[in-house]
Amino acid sequence: MGAGDAPLLSMQGIGKSFAGAVALDGASLVVGAGEVHGLIGQNGAGKSTLIKILTGVYLRDAGTVSFRGRPLQVASPREAQAAGISTIYQELTLVPLRSVTENVTLGYEPRTRFNTIDWRAAHARTRAILTGFGIDIDVRSPLGEHSTAIQQLVAIARAVSLQARLVIMDEPTSSLDEREVQVLFSAVGRLRAAGTSVLYVSHFLNELFAICDRVTVMRDGATVADRAIGEVSRPILISAMLGRDIAEIESAGMTELGGGSADAGELVFEAAGLATGPRLSHLDLAVRAGEIVGLGGLLGSGRTEAARAVFGADPPSAGRLSFTGQDAPPATPAEAIAAGIGFLTEDRKAEGIVPHMSVRENLTLALLPALTRAGRIRREQERELVERFIVSLGIKTAGMDQPIRELSGGNQQKVLLARWLAIHPKLLILDEPTRGVDVGAKFEIQAIIREHVERGVGVLLISSEFEELVEGADHIVVMQDGVSVGRMSNPGITEERLVNAIAHVA
Amino acid sequence: MNTTTPSTASGTASGTPGAPRAPRSSGRPAWRSALARHGTLVALAALLLVNVLVTPNFLQLQTLFVNISQVATIAIVAIGMTLVIATGGIDLSVGAVMALAGALAPLIFGSAFGIAYPMLGLVAAFTVPLLVAMACGAFNGVMISVLRVQPIIATLILFISGRGIAQVLTNGNLQTFSNPGFSYLGTGRVFGLPFQGWLALLIAAVVFWVVNRTIHGRHLLAVGGNERAAALSGVPVRRVKIGTYMVCAFLSGIAGLIVVAINSASDAARNGSLMELDAIAAAVVGGALLQGGRAPILGALLGAVIIQLVKYTLLANGIEDEVALVAKALIIVAAVALQQGRRE
Repeated sequence: MGAGDAPLLSMQGIGKSFAGAVALDGASLVVGAGEVHGLIGQNGAGKSTLIKILTGVYLRDAGTVSFRGRPLQVASPREAQAAGISTIYQELTLVPLRSVTENVTLGYEPRTRFNTIDWRAAHARTRAILTGFGIDIDVRSPLGEHSTAIQQLVAIARAVSLQARLVIMDEPTSSLDEREVQVLFSAVGRLRAAGTSVLYVSHFLNELFAICDRVTVMRDGATVADRAIGEVSRPILISAMLGRDIAEIESAGMTELGGGSADAGELVFEAAGLATGPRLSHLDLAVRAGEIVGLGGLLGSGRTEAARAVFGADPPSAGRLSFTGQDAPPATPAEAIAAGIGFLTEDRKAEGIVPHMSVRENLTLALLPALTRAGRIRREQERELVERFIVSLGIKTAGMDQPIRELSGGNQQKVLLARWLAIHPKLLILDEPTRGVDVGAKFEIQAIIREHVERGVGVLLISSEFEELVEGADHIVVMQDGVSVGRMSNPGITEERLVNAIAHVA
Repeated sequence: MNTTTPSTASGTASGTPGAPRAPRSSGRPAWRSALARHGTLVALAALLLVNVLVTPNFLQLQTLFVNISQVATIAIVAIGMTLVIATGGIDLSVGAVMALAGALAPLIFGSAFGIAYPMLGLVAAFTVPLLVAMACGAFNGVMISVLRVQPIIATLILFISGRGIAQVLTNGNLQTFSNPGFSYLGTGRVFGLPFQGWLALLIAAVVFWVVNRTIHGRHLLAVGGNERAAALSGVPVRRVKIGTYMVCAFLSGIAGLIVVAINSASDAARNGSLMELDAIAAAVVGGALLQGGRAPILGALLGAVIIQLVKYTLLANGIEDEVALVAKALIIVAAVALQQGRRE
């Protein structure tokens, strides 16, 4: 926003609650004309709620919105579009089987004198807009034949053809490769040059520094910073996002993991230069028996991808992965399990529980081949084992035959943890093991993990809670944009050091 | 009214007791939840009662024989269909596979080889059609699990072409034959009851055991219940799916052979015609969830009995086929409605 210009968009004092839960309180957002404005924040910070208020999906409870100098009242995305606000969603909302032209002009097709669609004019207009973005494709071809990046550009072209003054891009690069990202960036540059503003939502800080003019940081439903990009550094943005003051840290005894005390045993596995795709391009990582190695980094830094690669769920495209005692790294999850690797996934519902199955069946799913003789499940042995885990992990259930979906989140998580402990793992990969469970269950789960580490299990721990990492891990490998950029060891890791390492520009 | 069945529309139990819910889910009348749980048995009892009252000569042994010999094929295919549905899939090709297997058998024991070596010919007339049926199942399974074609489309291929191939093999003609050894499959009696009825029970028992007692059954239900979780727990998802479609096709092949054996004739145009609908209806009436994760084998048996009884009731009371089709549709609607109510 140049000095003296009235801003294109000004949202002030925005508040919004859902059934008593406050999502936004005192959020603000100011976007100047022709400005590329970044919007960042952790999950749950309120970014998407704010955008949905702007685009008419939600009605605000409090605050004012003005757009192009007038108060803005929109009650639906279509009204927002008519007012000049277009949104490019993560999940594209185009029609893949229809032509590029139809997608750009849908609902606003040029007409002939006889009120039929003037295809000649429609194609010409579409071609002109796309050429403006530096892309040269057959506008008569079905949209679905083109790459995701091109489809995204077509969505942007549609926004332009609708005379949008503000284009909102929500995580636009999440499914693009590097070259496509550059194409998108140049399109953003053209929008800016044409005087159109862009609100750019992203987890990837590098992108903000590459294309944004200003950036707004949100935390816990409020706006905590609105700065020109030239005035801020990576650490400043991150400490604003996390709400961590460099001094407040260094507290002790907050978790049950108790890192830094382990006598590391022999090497369990080692990855050198491992890559699986654009989100994991270079991973150096080693885990020894009886230690917890944490993966630190922001959302999207490649932590989960690293876990999947080690587990054999994604095939490596480069680099080396070796497990002690194995000739070749696992190529499938089944091979990984046979080699003694367990993977507690981040998304319990989508990748963890089988909801129709009982606690017992969920618990023994990975172990099943070892519980089976000639295809037949040894039921006595199964029941004994499940009973043992229910007691030792303190799983609260009406009985081992209760469907797992009826358990609380913390108890479901314990069952899934038991699924992996049951295979007697040499290596446990834990992706956000305590997310979404209550505090009591969290401490219990952490204690269970520590107990098994002391018995010699190697653990690879992914956690968004820095506390859990700093105090729980013996070593932390720091990830940035798909690359492992450093390693630090306990004792001696502080949240300050970790935040700095995550924020440090490599 | 102290039933605490949380009847939310979403069907995803949050697992947090006492979570605030919309007030309309305060509870249902007890008779409704009882009906939802035992709907299949209630329907069966009602059907039997109606028949005893209305249908002439219903309580005759002959009626029992006719119904058993006809329900066996539905039950056998419905068991296979239940397994496929448990993976979250569907198999439209069962009727066509029946026609194909049924067309092959007489060609084999009626061939020069089959006449020269009757015993070998008979064995081949059972095994070759079943192997061909399993190949059809493997085709379905590969299309679905490897090429990721939607099950309804993938099995539509054989639904259309399978019967076509069967008709080409038989030149589109009705092929009659006389082969007592083969016809035993459809006309034999064991302890006074039709052989194929016993066969259906045996198959149900074996499949029930496999589903509930073996790793294969556990894997099947895991794949249907949450495919991604199953894969990450080391379940060989592709092998499970391909195997399931092969089993379903194998069972369809058996049913096709039974129909041919009953008639002592193979009619590729009619053998197994509309069987996919009967089998799906029986599976759903028996309690299979179309989104997968459950394989109620005994339910499939009950469902098959209900479908057969409805057909018989209408036929025995002189109601036209067209009406019978509508009645079948109504049963499926009722079963699905009950299933919605049963969902937690």
